[in-house]
Parts: sequence; structure tokens; C-alpha cells
Amino acid sequence: MNARHRILAKLRNALPVENDMQAAPAVAGYYAANTLAPQTCQERVAQLRGLLQAAHAEVIVASRAAWVSLLAVRLAALGVGRLALNEDTEEGRQLAATLRESSGSVTLLPFDKPIETWKQELFDTVDAGFTVADSAIAATGTLVFKSSPAQPRSLSLVPPLHVALVRAETIHAHMFAAALEEQWAAAMPTNLVMVSGPSKTSDIQQTLAYGAHGPKQMLVVIVSGEGESA
Amino acid sequence: MSTQTTTQPLQFHPSADFKNRSREALADTKLRQNFRGAMDFLRGKRSAQFPDENELENLRDLGEAVRKHALRNLPQLLEKLETQLTANGVQVHWAETAEEANAIIHGIAVGRGAKSVIKGKSMASEEIELNDYLGERGITCVESDMGEYVVQLAHEKPSHIVMPAIHKTKGDIAELFHEEIPDTPYTEDVDELIQIGRKTLRQMFVDADIGLSGVNFAIAETGTLWLVENEGNGRLSTTIPNTHIAIMGIEKVVEKLEQVIPLASLLTRSATGQAITTYFNLISGPRRPGELDGPREVHLVLLDNGRSQAFEDAELRATLQCIRCGACMNHCPVYARLGGHAYGTVYPGPIGQIISPHLLGLDDTRDLPTASSLCGACAEVCPVRIPIPQLLIRLRTEAQRNPGEAVAHRLKGQGASYSLGEQLVWKFWTGAYAHPSLHRIFRWLATRLRAFAPKQQMGWTRFRTPLQPAERSLHDLMAERKGNRL
Repeated sequence: MNARHRILAKLRNALPVENDMQAAPAVAGYYAANTLAPQTCQERVAQLRGLLQAAHAEVIVASRAAWVSLLAVRLAALGVGRLALNEDTEEGRQLAATLRESSGSVTLLPFDKPIETWKQELFDTVDAGFTVADSAIAATGTLVFKSSPAQPRSLSLVPPLHVALVRAETIHAHMFAAALEEQWAAAMPTNLVMVSGPSKTSDIQQTLAYGAHGPKQMLVVIVSGEGESA
Repeated sequence: MSTQTTTQPLQFHPSADFKNRSREALADTKLRQNFRGAMDFLRGKRSAQFPDENELENLRDLGEAVRKHALRNLPQLLEKLETQLTANGVQVHWAETAEEANAIIHGIAVGRGAKSVIKGKSMASEEIELNDYLGERGITCVESDMGEYVVQLAHEKPSHIVMPAIHKTKGDIAELFHEEIPDTPYTEDVDELIQIGRKTLRQMFVDADIGLSGVNFAIAETGTLWLVENEGNGRLSTTIPNTHIAIMGIEKVVEKLEQVIPLASLLTRSATGQAITTYFNLISGPRRPGELDGPREVHLVLLDNGRSQAFEDAELRATLQCIRCGACMNHCPVYARLGGHAYGTVYPGPIGQIISPHLLGLDDTRDLPTASSLCGACAEVCPVRIPIPQLLIRLRTEAQRNPGEAVAHRLKGQGASYSLGEQLVWKFWTGAYAHPSLHRIFRWLATRLRAFAPKQQMGWTRFRTPLQPAERSLHDLMAERKGNRL
């Protein structure tokens, strides 16, 4: 008998013989009953933007046509010198193309090789990482990132500035809706991360401070049909 | 190595000294100020997150239902979790004791030639005293949660399960950083202090061979570990090093992903008064082919360490519903006055008082269940409705029970506070109140012999005047009144 068997035997002995998985808690019912009236896409954008700003993220709402040039201008203004990104996403390619064409001073660092080959460089020399969120959650001001070859985990984590793009039509009302509509449980990525602002801590005398170990700053671009045009 | 060794329970300092330490804590005005301020702050933050009483109560009902459902199916869910995690490429280990868990983690570290471990926050690792275990064997553990880092630097232990350095002021931390971290000027600016911590720890994420973390919830159906944090150190610890080891108590598993959603909401709102923390980090496996980062190996250590003892008893099982938000300690009048260290256990406050006797045995924790006025504040705020006062009374009963008495589920240390004298007093008391004739004699004697009531009445007379029976019993007074009326 190993530890596993002993632990499981102890737990089993404590339960009635007829023990089954029935009477699951009514989670879906709870969220159906406690969800407010359906929001329009515009309302979700407004809520997401408001909550992200309250969490110290900077938010740009822009149209499909305009976002890339608005972001390029903003990156230049923030003094971003070295930007890591993955060009396997459409927006990643778009941004890379724009930045290469412009005579700006941003150096692009494609995240296209295993982290081991440039770990120290990534930690020490990269100013910003550009990511595309898989979706977002309006109720809590949250972006969702699912790891994949095109979405390395550390791109949204290691550089001091995290630049994240989210498409307005992917914003869900709340977390339960996101999990249900995207069927998270059916195909979990190796790492699904929900991000609700730049990193922070209140560990010193309950005083809120930003830039703990993750990104110090977060810049979110919400791409929306209703957004600002260039 | 035998797995049956009955080593001395691991603990910070003998919790048997609880009474002495609580006296010291009460006399420490600075400590009391720190805790008072922190508790008021956290209570305010929590209540601001629950403006709608109805929503709160409904959500608590749901949270309780989810946890109860998970516990009712615990063995199946653990097996399902193991199967699913294994399918995802995660290696699952089982540990009955702290010693076993330490040995498993040490074994993994040795197998990878590891010299350093960077740690995300994990109370389970505090419980098994992993840092000391690995440190004694030449492997350095560095805490990366800001609060845990402060506590480690000061060679102390966490005083709160959510805010480990809550007992320290920024002045304390300024001094600590100035003294312990080379080339660090004294500053009380919290932003600067955090940047010092960030800068000092950053390279350790790059260099560490192993990242170690706790787990807030595990999901059986998908084989997912759900971690909750604000700082990003948890993500770094579980993303950057080649090997990630997670450790969790066996009670933390739930069946479905959707069931964690209400629990996560209850957790962050109850703990720190946040609608959500900066990061919810859901880990379902190591790096897959084609992925460019993430650990190549993920291990999960499932820790029993006395939890199954609580599980065996249908009443005490509710202890395991806990999601470790710390709201019970934030609202406890005893914790607010003593702080966390006085308890002498990894988990302080009300939750510590009901879980520690299972982890350590009643012999070493006999006084903890009595450190409560049973005011019920803990149960009132508990997001999963653990009946904490009821469990405290039950543990008091078990500590008082005759060690020789055979019961269905014997607790480790049964009868640790057993006193024959006390048992006889209660036996007499019960008898006197159950038999009217006996009670009459008792009344007659108590009122006549009142002058002989002892002047020293143990704990009572330390701060109060002695108790003395009245000249006439209530029965007599009432009988007289009745007589007068007729």
C-alpha cells in the first residue's frame, strides 16, 4: 500500500457506500438568475475600458483601420525602444509591418524561438511585449490569453510594458459567459491567463503599489467598429 | 526511509505556549496598532465588494454547495484529477505527511540537479516547512511574493495567510531592506520599496532551476490548477523555470471549471476586497510541442497531512470547505488583538484553530479551540459557510474527552486537555440539574456556605472579583413571590 492507496482508502471509508456524483451545484442557474439585462457591444466596451482604467491600465479604443497607426504613435510617445511580439497573429503582422515601414526607433524582437535561447535578453532588454487577447470579460475588466505557439506565456508577463489588443466582439459580459460560450473546459490550453491590469501588490502596510513582478504598465487597445479613426 | 516515522509535528514554535505568547502579544502596543489598522482596512474593503446583501447570500449558498459537493465526491475527484493531469503530461504525487511531501519535492530537485527554487506563495509549503527542509540539503528556496519575501528576509513566519507581512510597518520593512539587501538606501516610500524587491528578485526567476507554487483550486474534469495572485510572481514562478512543482491540500479539488467561477469571486472579494485579482493563472500542463515557453515538466504534490482525519468525521469535514480567504481572521476579535504569530501555527485565526488540531494533533493545539469568545463573526463572513464556532466547540469537547474513551472517529490527541477534576465537577453539575431533590440540597448548601466560596478562582479571578453564591437562591425568591401573590 502506498500513500495514494492509503489516502484514498481513508476517504472512501468515510463516505457512504452509495456515493455518486449527482446533485451537482446549480452554477448555470445562479448565473442565469443573477445576470443583468444583456449589454450591447458598446456597453461592454465601455465597462471593460472603465474597469481597466480603474486598475491603472491605459486604454485606447480604435477602429479596425486606425488602431495600428494610433498604437505606433503611442509606443513612440512612451519611448518604447525594443518591442517583442509574435507575428503569427494577424494583428502582430500588421503592427510589425507598420513599425518597420515607419522610420521610428522601435526595434522589433520576434518571439519565434524557445525562451531558453534568449531568456536573459528578454528579461533585461525588452521594453514591451505585444499580445492579442483571445477574449475579454466586461464585468471584471479582464483580458483572456490562451497559450499557444503564437501566444507565448511570457510575452504578457516579462516585459515591463504589456501591450494587449482585444477585439470588441470578443468581450463577454462576465466570466461564466466567457467559459460557457468559448467552451473552455472542452479544450484547455496549457496556460489560460486572465489579466486585469498591470501587476500590483498591497503587501507593504496595505499600500497599493504597481509594478510588483509582472508588467509595470499595461496598454490595452480595444479594436471596435465604433472606435476612434485616425 | 520508513514512511511510518512518527516525527515530532512540524511547527513554528510549540503551540502549547499559546497562553504566554498571547499575553506578550497583548502587551505589544505597536503590534496591536498594526493589526487593528490592517483589520479595519481589510474589513472595509470586503464590505465594499458586497453592497448587495442578497447577492452575497446567494453566492455564499452556491459556494457552500460547490465545496460540499466536491467533498462528498472527494476520492473520485482526486482520481479524476490525477487521470486528467497525467493525460495532460503533469506528474502527480501523493504525500500522507509533511515529511513525505518534502522528500518527494527534494527527490524531484535532486533528479534535476537543482540548486535553487523560486517560490510563488504557498501556505501548504509553509505547512510542511519546505524551505528549511531543502535548505538543510543544500537547495536554496527564495520566496518571491513581496510579503513572503519580507518575512523570509526577517527570518520570520507569515502572520496572515493572505497578507504574510501584515504585522510589519513600512518603517520596519525600510529598515529590513536597508540592512539585508546590499547597497539599499533607507526609504519608507512604498513604491520604492516594491521596486527594490522587484529588482532584487528578478534575476532569480531567470536563474532558478525550479519554480514552486501553491494552488487555489484544482479542476478534476480538465486537469487544471487555478492560481490567484496580483504580483505576477506566481506566473513567473510557474512559467520561467524548466520545472514547476505545485503543492496542494487534497481538499482543494472541484469537479468542473464552471464551479470555480463563483468560488474565485468569493475568494478575491472576501480576502482583499477585489472584484478580481490581477492574474488568474490556469495551468493545465507543461509546454507542448511548438510552444516557445512554459515549464517542460510540471508536478503536483497532493498533501494529506491530517486532512483525512477531519474528513472522516461528518461534522468536522466542513473544515475542509475552506478556500483560504482569511476573512475569518480579519473579522475575529481575538486575531485582531493577538496577531497571527501568537497562535504558533501556520494557519492562524479561526480557520487555524479548526484546521491545526488535525494537522498537528490536539496535544500541541489544545488551547487553540478555546481562544474564541464564540461571537460568531467568522461564521457570518465565511464565504462557504463553515460553522466555525460549532467546530470549535466540538474540538473543545474532543480535547476534554477521556483519552481512554472509544469513539467512532478518534482525533489525534484526544483528551489532551482532559482533567479528572473538571470531569467530576461537570458530572456533579449535570446530575444536580437533572435531579430536583439533589438540586434542592445543592441550593441549600450553596447559599448557607457562601462565605466559604474560594477567593482564588483560577482564570476568573485574574481580572475579576471572586464569584460568590447569593444569599438566597432564585428558586426560593420565586417561591416567596408566588406565595405573596396568593
